[in-house]
Amino acid sequence: MGIHVTRPGMLSTVQDLGRWGFQNLGVPVAGPMDRCSHRFANVLVGNPAGAATLEITLIGPELVFEQATRVAVTGAEFDLVLDGRTMPMNESVPVPAGSNLRFRERRRGARAYLAAAGGFDVPELLGSRSTHLPSRFGGLAGRALAAGDVLRLRPVGEKQMKPVRRQGFPLELPQGGARVRVMLGPQDNLCAPSGIKTFCTSRYVISGRSDRMGYCLTGPPVELVSSAGTLSDATPTGTVQVPGSGQPMILMADGQTTGGYPKLAIVITADLPLVGQLSSGDWLEFEVCDRAVALRALIAQERTQLV
Amino acid sequence: MTTLVEIRPAGDSAVVVELGTEIDPTLNARVIAIAAQLRRERIEGVRDVVSSYAAVTVYFDPVRTNFEALTSAITRHVTSPMPEPTPTLVPLEVPVCYGGVYGPDLNTVADYSGCSADDVIQMHAEVTYRVYLLGFVPGFAYLGRVNDRIAMPRRETPRLSVAAGTVGIAGCQTGIYPLTTPGGWQLIGRTATCPFDPARDEPLLFTVGDSVRFVPIDEKAFRQAIGKSATGGVT
Repeated sequence: MGIHVTRPGMLSTVQDLGRWGFQNLGVPVAGPMDRCSHRFANVLVGNPAGAATLEITLIGPELVFEQATRVAVTGAEFDLVLDGRTMPMNESVPVPAGSNLRFRERRRGARAYLAAAGGFDVPELLGSRSTHLPSRFGGLAGRALAAGDVLRLRPVGEKQMKPVRRQGFPLELPQGGARVRVMLGPQDNLCAPSGIKTFCTSRYVISGRSDRMGYCLTGPPVELVSSAGTLSDATPTGTVQVPGSGQPMILMADGQTTGGYPKLAIVITADLPLVGQLSSGDWLEFEVCDRAVALRALIAQERTQLV
Repeated sequence: MTTLVEIRPAGDSAVVVELGTEIDPTLNARVIAIAAQLRRERIEGVRDVVSSYAAVTVYFDPVRTNFEALTSAITRHVTSPMPEPTPTLVPLEVPVCYGGVYGPDLNTVADYSGCSADDVIQMHAEVTYRVYLLGFVPGFAYLGRVNDRIAMPRRETPRLSVAAGTVGIAGCQTGIYPLTTPGGWQLIGRTATCPFDPARDEPLLFTVGDSVRFVPIDEKAFRQAIGKSATGGVT
């Protein structure tokens, strides 16, 4: 019993809020690229925020429900068809046993999140159900969904909250690109002042070499003070690294735990979901902000999610 | 001990405590001790504490705590007297089959060093290494310090695929690829020892501060070890 995968889509992985506490052993956090939409999907079906959802990238799957449940799809806007009828996004929808859900055309955003009541039942590894693709572990056998897989659901326990049928969606999906806020540092001193100016006033395009690990950007090169690397140290999600080529890279959810390239800036937590909704060919512009602005933006975002 | 410490934000949800800029065992031991201490404290809002060569990074939930509160908590620990570093443990022994198809760059490193392949093996295997940090992928241990003579820099063009278990050199660092991944290190041998195995009770073999020694073995012994490893007999 569970959800049978007829077609897997381009890259669909099981994700929860990530594998925190093991970066000291080189184990990356992973987790959703768009934490807001992941959580919103869970809230809609009555799950805790940390329940495992399915992150669906660019091309969606086709699924057959072998058991009745309740689902919600959030994030990237897809045309959804449930047993031949249009299914709304961002709503809690009861699904009878035997139903067929198809993801059709994608209109905006890169990643959708499908939550089902109870959450997906894959083994917990080091405290998390998130898939980390480069390590081939976590989630469903450490990989993206394949045709023929069956995703089991955890039993809906007493702790399960009432599903909320709520309209609206707090994250404004990007169309073709986004302007995001960063805090400079911790190694902006390794970039020339002219390089920092270039970074903040130019438009960058996400290259084809971009995935859950990170986005390689193409655009005006950021000048460094010296091309020598530094001692490897921790690289938070959203870190903008500048290698010798001057073409910045942003580390995303599956990013490595440590790195030695100069860390020019870090995307603020409130704007990371927006970056997670971009894909190859989309543009990015960066705006420097301070900690107070970053925190205000995050608190405002959390409030809209907790309504 | 002098405490020249710089604490600075890394974005809105991490703090970097920089204790130096060198690869030095004493400094690294201090970094590891501070990280362990901060982890034990279970400070409200802290999600992860990561040590590297010379810095500790503290990840926090900015809704539950803030930079100022964390900075003062960290400062207390960094300036308080540190326990004596733990005595060196018995080194973990890692059997390695050097050269041939397992270590395609062994001769390149020998040419770089102006010595024979056997000399490279000897120089690589006679040192007890320290696990300075774990990073890159799960279980990848940055080991130092490699004898300066064989400390060859990374390849100019990384390989697209390096087999799991391959032992490489990058400057003064050496390490074992835990998974088959792309990689730019100079490859000198291979081991059946798995630094990372999600199926094992303890998935990760190394932890920061560990001591490691490489023991040269021949191809026959390596093949035997691989056979056992495939059936779960060897870690």
